[in-house]
Amino acid sequence: MKFSLWQRLDAIARSMFPVTATLLLIMASMVPLRIPELAPIIPSLSLIAVYYWTIHRPDLMPIWAVFVIGVAQDLLSGSMLGVASIALLVVRHLVISQARFFTSASFVVIWSIFALVAFLAFFVMWILTSLLTATLVEHSSATFQYLMTLAVYPGFTWLFVHGQRLFLR
Amino acid sequence: MSKRSGNALGLATPIRAWAQRSAFVFFFALAIVLLVLGRASTPAVERVRTAVNDAIAPVLELATSPVATVSDAIVSGRELMEVRATNEALRQENERLLQWRAAAQRLEDENRMLRELNELTIEPRTRYITARVIGDQGGAFVRSVLVSAGARDGVAKGQAALTGRGLAGRVAETGRRAARILLVTDMNSRVPVLVGNARDRAVLAGDNSPNPELLYFSPGVQIRVGDRVVTSGHGGAFPSGLPIGVVTDVRENDVRVEPYVDWSHLEFLRLVDYELPRILSSPEDGLVKGGGLPRQVTPSAAISGDAAASATGESSGAVIQADGAVSEQAQ
Repeated sequence: MKFSLWQRLDAIARSMFPVTATLLLIMASMVPLRIPELAPIIPSLSLIAVYYWTIHRPDLMPIWAVFVIGVAQDLLSGSMLGVASIALLVVRHLVISQARFFTSASFVVIWSIFALVAFLAFFVMWILTSLLTATLVEHSSATFQYLMTLAVYPGFTWLFVHGQRLFLR
Repeated sequence: MSKRSGNALGLATPIRAWAQRSAFVFFFALAIVLLVLGRASTPAVERVRTAVNDAIAPVLELATSPVATVSDAIVSGRELMEVRATNEALRQENERLLQWRAAAQRLEDENRMLRELNELTIEPRTRYITARVIGDQGGAFVRSVLVSAGARDGVAKGQAALTGRGLAGRVAETGRRAARILLVTDMNSRVPVLVGNARDRAVLAGDNSPNPELLYFSPGVQIRVGDRVVTSGHGGAFPSGLPIGVVTDVRENDVRVEPYVDWSHLEFLRLVDYELPRILSSPEDGLVKGGGLPRQVTPSAAISGDAAASATGESSGAVIQADGAVSEQAQ
């Protein structure tokens, strides 16, 4: 079966949805919302996005895209380059290695696993930042950021599920 | 898409696993290379950072305006409720501030005369660049914000960033149209300061917590809760006497300072172009600084001001500044 040029472009645009949405979310989380004390503990949306898409459409969240998302995150937030990439790569690797398990898991189970994976990701970021600055980085805002990320996970999953239905069918 | 996943499933499992693992190792190694390059503050990495900041600035500026509108609407609704009480409070404050202004003018005159008597060199000329905060602090491991002014507006690395209340941070990266401000609470921030009326020298060091720490003061120095902390101007990076905060906690080997700046309402920052040779800037920044007249990016009247704090600034602009803040509050 032959596809026309437009059909092919359309398919490419649709298949780029997970990565594009993730990059847009990173940008959106940079906008100053002027809510007191929110900025340092703003949930890590890239973590949620990479976790979700690696479980549900790993073919549309390839490893190079995860790397690029991490670099974008670090560049935009002004944190140390490479830290987010490493954490996100670890997340993707963990999920991919247990892909069979996730196919039959319920939402609550996936959310619970996310709690573990996100904890590990934040721990990796904390360790790397501490090593690179040769100080024990204050961990309370990292802990709160982790809890915030965990709390907003269902909301963003809902968004992604609808995006997936809308763009990827 | 189904075609590709079909292909992937068709591959023999060991080969697929090997390909996956090697891709993981490759990108992991690449990330570590980035980590090292970024840590060594390679010029190339810095150029990429500023390019990305420049590229993202228009988008963020656009996204900031609806947020500002909504937040302003909420604030003005709330203000409408208590307009009478606020008016009375402001009238009283205005009277008090006018007295302060008179006192400041008198002191400034006196100061100038004494300087002339002493033949002290005049403080270098300062000018201000006002910029809107367009990018918030991105997470738990960094305390910095993005502002919508860059080299084309006269922003240069090392300049102090102020709110109406006091010092917020310094310019860490300058793009053409955006700059990143490292806040005084960031763990990479070190500011030479003077503490209390005795003006003892110390260094204010951030550690990502809301209250930065005072380091390197002489062992005999008495520091008390409530002591004011101002920039010392040592090192030539900042003008001297910019208010930063007050000492809130004094313990053995741990003195904490509460900055005056209200971190949750960072809306505009004033960047101080202080025309002295700066040790924190590189030669090419000096070239940028020389060009063009001061350019107001946004009206400076919009600065949220605590006039009492700004009236204590030592530069000659302080009085005018206090004036602007008064008229803003009296509206």
